[in-house]
Amino acid sequence: MNLKVEVDVPKCVASGQCVMLAPEVFDQRDDDGMVILLDDTPPAELHDAVRESATVCPAAAIRLAES
Amino acid sequence: MDHAMTSATSSEFVLTRPATAPLDPPPVYSRLRDEEPITRVSIWEGRLSAWLVTHWEDARAVLGNPAFSSDTSRSGFPTFIEDSRPAPRGFFANYDPPVHTTMRRTLTREFMVKKIDALRPAITDITRELLDEMTGEKGPVDFVERFALPLPSLVICELLGVPYEDHDFFQSHSKVFVDLQSTGEQFTASWEALNSYLLQLLTAKRSKPGDDVLTRLGEHVDTGAVSERDAADLAAFLLFAGHETTANMIALGTITLLQHPDQIPYLLAGPAEAANAVEELLRYLAIVHGGLRRYALEDVRIGDVTIRAGEGVIVPLHVANRDPEAFADPDRLDLGRANARQHVTFGYGIHQCLGQPLARAELQIVLPELFRRLPDLRIDVPLEDITFKQSTTVYGVHELPVTW
Ligand code: HEM
Ligand code: SF4
Repeated sequence: MNLKVEVDVPKCVASGQCVMLAPEVFDQRDDDGMVILLDDTPPAELHDAVRESATVCPAAAIRLAES
Repeated sequence: MDHAMTSATSSEFVLTRPATAPLDPPPVYSRLRDEEPITRVSIWEGRLSAWLVTHWEDARAVLGNPAFSSDTSRSGFPTFIEDSRPAPRGFFANYDPPVHTTMRRTLTREFMVKKIDALRPAITDITRELLDEMTGEKGPVDFVERFALPLPSLVICELLGVPYEDHDFFQSHSKVFVDLQSTGEQFTASWEALNSYLLQLLTAKRSKPGDDVLTRLGEHVDTGAVSERDAADLAAFLLFAGHETTANMIALGTITLLQHPDQIPYLLAGPAEAANAVEELLRYLAIVHGGLRRYALEDVRIGDVTIRAGEGVIVPLHVANRDPEAFADPDRLDLGRANARQHVTFGYGIHQCLGQPLARAELQIVLPELFRRLPDLRIDVPLEDITFKQSTTVYGVHELPVTW
C-alpha cells in the first residue's frame, strides 16, 4: 500500500505533535516552527506513525491519500 | 443577554471531583456524557447558561472550529468568573486571530521539538539535583514544595531568562490566575505586578543579552512585531503557564502511579514506554479541568444540537478523555494504551498548548528518574487526608507528604 502525505503549512500551529511521532517524515522550520514535510511517500513501517500524526494534528493540516 | 439566561432545569457547572475517587471526573458528567452528550449548564450562580459538550469527537469539533471564539471580552462569553476584565493581548489564549496568530507566532520557534530536545540534559540535571537535595533529608517532606513545583519553575526560568530567586513572587501571582475565588480586581493586580517585573527584566536584557526567550522577545519589539507591553505580557503568560500546569501534573502523576504500582515497571521499561505512559497519565488526569470556554459566532451544528450565535460553550477535557467511544475501558489507567495520545488534555485546534513539547519532555524525564531513584517512594498519609485543589481551573494537590 502507498501512502501519500500532504501538509497545509498555513494551517499549521506548530504543536510539534507530528515531529514527535514521525521525525523521519516531519520537521519544523527554524524561524517559526511551522511544519516541513521531509518525505511525502514514507515507507510502510512509518505508516502507523503518520496516520496517528494526521489524527492528532490539532489544525487538521496533514492530509493522507492511500492507494 | 436575554437569550443566554439560564433555564430553570439546567444545573450548575461543578468542578469538585469526588472525595472517594479524586482522580476521576465528577460522576454526574460521565452520566450526562452517556445520556445527554450536549446539555445546558449554568454558571455565575445561575446568571448565565452555556452548552456543555462532553463527547471526545464533539469536543474536537468545537475546539477545531473557528466559528467558536476564545475572545473573553465578548459580552456573554462564559468566563470562569463573572466580573473578569479583558485579558492583555499577551495572554493570547483569550484572543482570536489575527491577534492570536501574531502573538503565538512570536513564540512558536521557542517551543519547537528540537529546541526542547536540546533542553533535556538540563532538565535531567535539575531533576537529579532536586532529588539529591530532597533525599539528603530525613522524610517526610512536602513533595510539592521540594520537587513538583521547583522543577518546572527552574526550567521555565532557564528558558525565559528569569532569575529563579524571584520564584515566591511569580508563583504567588500565578496562583491568582487559576484560583476561581480570585476577583477580576485581583487578577488585574497580579498581571500588572508580573508585567512591570518582566518589563524591567526585558530592559535589562537590552544591555546584557542572553540566549533566552526574554532576549529574543526584545528583538521582536525592535522589529515592531509586538509592543514592549505585549512582550512583557507574553513572558508573564509563559512564566505562569510554564510552571503551574506541569507542577500539578508531576504531583498528581506521582499519586496516580503510586495507586497503580503494578504499572510502574512499564514506565521504567524504556524511553518509548515512558513516553506512552506520560500520554496515558495526561489523558487520565486532564488537569486543566475547568472546561475550555468558547462563544459561538454563528449557528453551528454539533452532534444533534444547533448551538446558536451568541451562546457559550464549555468543553470539560477530563470528561471527553473518558469517552468510551474514543478510549476503550476509559476509566482504567493503562500506561500501554495504544491510542493514549489522542487525548484532548492539551486542547485541540489553533489554541492547542504551545508548551506541550516542554511539558512532555519534563514528565518523560522526571517520572522515570523519580521512580528509578526512589523505588520505595510512598505517601506518608492516607489518600483521604490529602487536600485536592477543588476550586482552581488547574487540578492538583496543595501538599503531598512523602517518604522513601
Ligand atoms: C501538563 C502540562 C500542561 C497542560 C495540561 C496544558 C494545557 C493547555 C491547554 C488545555 C491549553 C488550551 C487552552 C485553550 O484552548 O483555551 C493550553 C494552552 C497554552 N499552554 Fe499549556 N499546558 C501545559 C503546560 C504548558 C507549558 C509547560 C507551557 C509553556 C511554557 C504552556 C503554555 C501554553 C500556552 C502559551 C497556551 C496558549 C496557546 C494558544 O492559545 O494558542 N503550557 N495549555
Ligand atoms: S501536528 Fe499539525 S499543527 Fe502540529 S506541527 Fe504537525 S502539522 Fe503543524
